[in-house]
Amino acid sequence: MDETDLKVFIEGATHFFSHMGGEPAEIGTPYLASNCNSEVKGFTGIIGVTGKRRGSVYFTAPSVLLKVLLITLGEENTSHENMCDMVGEVANVISGNARKDFGSDFLISVPIVVVGRLDKIVVPPELRSFVVPITWKSYDASLVIALE
Amino acid sequence: MKLMIVDDSNIIRKKIERSTEIEGLEVVATAGNGVEALEQFPKVRPDIVTMDLTMPEMGGIECVEKMVEMDPNVVILVISALSDKATAIEALKKGANGFLCKPFSEQELNRAFRELLGEATNG
Repeated sequence: MDETDLKVFIEGATHFFSHMGGEPAEIGTPYLASNCNSEVKGFTGIIGVTGKRRGSVYFTAPSVLLKVLLITLGEENTSHENMCDMVGEVANVISGNARKDFGSDFLISVPIVVVGRLDKIVVPPELRSFVVPITWKSYDASLVIALE
Repeated sequence: MKLMIVDDSNIIRKKIERSTEIEGLEVVATAGNGVEALEQFPKVRPDIVTMDLTMPEMGGIECVEKMVEMDPNVVILVISALSDKATAIEALKKGANGFLCKPFSEQELNRAFRELLGEATNG
């Protein structure tokens, strides 16, 4: 992972919220994370990456952000199920859009959604994991990228 | 005209349904993966299908290929987050008629429908 790789995901997150969220998100300064569990905000969509690159991409957000995002998309049902669907879809779109730069060998899984703290899922210590802080409509979320 | 929506996200399925502004285009079926889609396809015989690619059970590329085998006249619009050219080309080679990247706007979706249905109508 280098700055160029990181920029791909930052552009993906920016594009997602500008396009789907009605207004752009503010992207904070990315930083190296030693313990990603501290970034978990309630709902987390996880995309496994294989192929040319290996690792995971996480999008984690609080329920309030997901509810507002659902309503912005015209979805009045802000149930737990739909919040899980939403957080997985954000992770899927940001990761899928990365193939524009990384190519079709950047293979992504369907989203896995975890609610609550990620007690058992930790980023491998040998990977440099970056946290990208995201603020959208005053709500904080994080994008965590852990790739070889 | 009959529309079938295939996507593993319920939110996206409903967004496509809500966003569709084409007169006479009616959603007749939705499916959450390729297997479900192929079960329903011969029963509802849609004129146009929106197809996600990354789905559990059976992905969209395989599903496109099988749908075209069942009905060579079906019009398929792939709607996917996979934004690389090679994936779009592969989907088109398998028989898809158009490719729309997620995230998409209502305008982009309806423009894609109009283009594809116009092409289908005009032969």
